[in-house]
Amino acid sequence: MSMLLPHYPPDTASHPPLDSAEYRSSALRYPKQPLRLLPQYLTEVTGPLLGHDRVGEHDHDLTAGHAGEPMGERIVVSGRVLDSGGKPVPHTLLELWQANSAGRYLHSGDRHPAPLDPNFTGVGRAMTDADGHYRFVTIKPGAYPWRNHDNAWRPAHLHFSLFGQAFTQRLITQMYFPGDPLFGQDPIFNSVRDPAARDRMISRFDLASTVPEWALSYKFDIVLRGAHATPFEDDEEDDD
Amino acid sequence: MPEQGALTTPSQTVGPFYALPDGLLWPDGPEVVAPGAPGAILLRGTVFDGAGEPVPDAVLEIWQADERGRFAHHADPRGAAGSFQGFGRCGTDPRGGFWFRTVKPGPLPTPDGRTEAPHLDVTVLARGMLQRLVTRVYFPDEAAANAADPVLSTVEEERRGTLVAVAEPDGLRFDVRLQGDGETVFFEL
Repeated sequence: MSMLLPHYPPDTASHPPLDSAEYRSSALRYPKQPLRLLPQYLTEVTGPLLGHDRVGEHDHDLTAGHAGEPMGERIVVSGRVLDSGGKPVPHTLLELWQANSAGRYLHSGDRHPAPLDPNFTGVGRAMTDADGHYRFVTIKPGAYPWRNHDNAWRPAHLHFSLFGQAFTQRLITQMYFPGDPLFGQDPIFNSVRDPAARDRMISRFDLASTVPEWALSYKFDIVLRGAHATPFEDDEEDDD
Repeated sequence: MPEQGALTTPSQTVGPFYALPDGLLWPDGPEVVAPGAPGAILLRGTVFDGAGEPVPDAVLEIWQADERGRFAHHADPRGAAGSFQGFGRCGTDPRGGFWFRTVKPGPLPTPDGRTEAPHLDVTVLARGMLQRLVTRVYFPDEAAANAADPVLSTVEEERRGTLVAVAEPDGLRFDVRLQGDGETVFFEL
């Protein structure tokens, strides 16, 4: 039997090590045995094509759906989901979750003594279009303290979840804001060792996408692993 | 296609607060099949950290073929099959527990002519994990297929059991140990 499957080469240099000592929560949660190589067979090159039945018309707008306007700086976050081959990833689900403008999550475990916002839940969903474009409307989240180290504060960030088209493409990441003074002391941001890779998590202020007299705008393109040509072919094809 | 192109966006932790109202966790997330579906299996487990403590803030996702070993996906060279969702998602409870209701997938052909035993691919996400972990669940009633499986057979025998679910009276158990004694085999993909 001959089957032609896509192959998704890893980009190991861009991603943080699981055992990042400065991020204390990692200490008991990374495997100590070496990872085994999983070949990319059928289960790995396929993946859940989720979305259309999960995304409501207004789910991309985190400022809507409540009785009033949320507090804070209204922003548009938009961009494209691409693969590392430069191709757009169409019709894929993005999930977004975040703190409110005071730096507080609507979660029972969040003990930061900042106010909850009755008009902000902090969750959104969107699909990319046929060209990989997506767009959210939300509120710029606040920084918040946590207990990783003395006087630790997280830089403002949005959490993003993406599925892509295959199990190999699943990505959870965080979008940061340009020029944040808290970058230098944040062990989660700095767990990515390559400065150029860290830069790929920072959105760009984008004047062209602002909505006059209504919202500022940030551009954030997200790059997933790309599918390369088929690694498995019949020997008979080597006939030149 | 050449190797060049854009580099990927780095992975970051899912953090502790993914479980916002109407957030990542859907009410029917663990139900890959409906409760009365033919062949439905309850798969349960607990996630443990390196101190042997349950992990209450993890989320697990599964992805699998249907009972015939087919995927509802365009990359399946045998043709996209049916409408089987194949995907489940469950957050751990305060005692580290998770569950899925699903079916046993069929065996799968590999491109080089071998056969993979029935299995689920699993993603584990949690606070403290900067990248997802990937593992697999195999089935305890497939001893011969498991022994011939091209992935499972490369794992040393004493650790192979961490990838095989355990039969219980009302379903299957698959515990995930992130570190230490009985550490689950995790994969680089």
